[in-house]
Amino acid sequence: MDLSAKSRDTHLKARAIRVATVAAAHAEDVDKAGRFPREAIEEMKAVKLMGIMIPEELGGEGLSTSEIAEVCTIIGQACASSAMIFAMHQIKVSSLVSHGHEAPWHREFMRRVASEQLLLGSATTEAGIGGNMRNSICAIEVKDGRCYLEKDATVISYGIDCDAILITSRSHKDAASSDQVMTVFLKDQYTLEHTQTWDTLGMRGTCSDGFIFKGEAPAEQILPQPFAEIAAQSMLASAHLLWSSLWYGIAVDAFARAQNFVRAAARKAPGTQPPGLVQLAEMSSQLQVIRANIVNGLQSFEAARKDEDRLSSMGFAVAMNNVKIASSEMILPVINQAMRICGILGYKNGTPYSLGRHLRDAHSAQLMISNDRILANTSNMLLVHKQETGLLG
Amino acid sequence: MNETIRTLLAKLGGLPVSVETVADDADLYAAGLSSFASVQLMLGLEEAFDIEFPDHLLNRKSFASIGAIEATVKSIIEDRKVA
Repeated sequence: MDLSAKSRDTHLKARAIRVATVAAAHAEDVDKAGRFPREAIEEMKAVKLMGIMIPEELGGEGLSTSEIAEVCTIIGQACASSAMIFAMHQIKVSSLVSHGHEAPWHREFMRRVASEQLLLGSATTEAGIGGNMRNSICAIEVKDGRCYLEKDATVISYGIDCDAILITSRSHKDAASSDQVMTVFLKDQYTLEHTQTWDTLGMRGTCSDGFIFKGEAPAEQILPQPFAEIAAQSMLASAHLLWSSLWYGIAVDAFARAQNFVRAAARKAPGTQPPGLVQLAEMSSQLQVIRANIVNGLQSFEAARKDEDRLSSMGFAVAMNNVKIASSEMILPVINQAMRICGILGYKNGTPYSLGRHLRDAHSAQLMISNDRILANTSNMLLVHKQETGLLG
Repeated sequence: MNETIRTLLAKLGGLPVSVETVADDADLYAAGLSSFASVQLMLGLEEAFDIEFPDHLLNRKSFASIGAIEATVKSIIEDRKVA
């Protein structure tokens, strides 16, 4: 077996393309029905994508965040909901890899995720916390080696279809709202009582319904590090980077559709400049900026991973926030321009140039962790953190 | 210095508990120090000790406890004497 980086890369892309092909075939129906993209997720499991970030010693492939991000971009071009589910799963895996590698239970669990291709869900939001996942109202109770938790979770994406849920809570009943832990509950260790239905503008296939979560499990399933550290060191950065990668995928596919439209017109009338060509050049430049921004963010993250101080520094937090703000806001004008180029065929559903789903899915980007909240957080840090003035850092 | 840090923490930290009950080595984030309040505290420290936190010290570790803050502030003052 050739394990060179190049062949590993080709192999990974081929697997991602297989998933993207299946995801594309069902994307319209998933969007229309607001249903779980079962076919695409089954294909992810079939080509063994669920455990790729898990270290090789635990049965995974030990792939980097950048490699995972590439998969997000590829699937994002086919079905943003499928790509988002994949990204959210990998963000949960990154928390396990970064913060559970010394805990026996979590090591064994990672082994299971890789061998059984388990899909991990997340429950970080709660009724009454005003969207700030760094606060919890619910508290986990530990008694005689077992832990008990009940949470009014307003959003658990693909909650019905995942195989385990990583859920946040206060660390004990007297803890401050920001003194949180994250616990893994397996599917047979919890019940979900449906409270809210995910009927949204876009990202309809993520099925992010609300539930009352009730779980009971051995207490060793609580991750040993405080959630504050997990959020700061692995979760927020992975989320901003992987989300951005799939959002970029949405914009790239919109560009490809507009380009196909312009090329079709050019072929019909050789010797003339088709309408939309100049706008296409403008979009190409914008896409390059978005892409460079994400790639730079990925490089910063990979570099910071080796340096805990850097990972928990303000400079790094500002940089990751900036990646998210820029990519979530810049994709919208690109997709909008693509629709202007494709005209009515872009506006209509069911044509090769349809862009309605792209535009609707892309609108979620500014809201999942509200950009206003992120800007408030960055601006607070800028009271003490100084802007990097050099070009190369 | 410890006294000044504690006074500022009480005024700007927004902790749900009394600062007297917080040990020098207790984790301030676990005690309820938010990221907003931590920046307010940094500004207060800069003003009180007439210092400026360099970027490489702006991380969670430098402000994780009263003891850590004391060490961070001392190291900046020491560096200034050398310079």
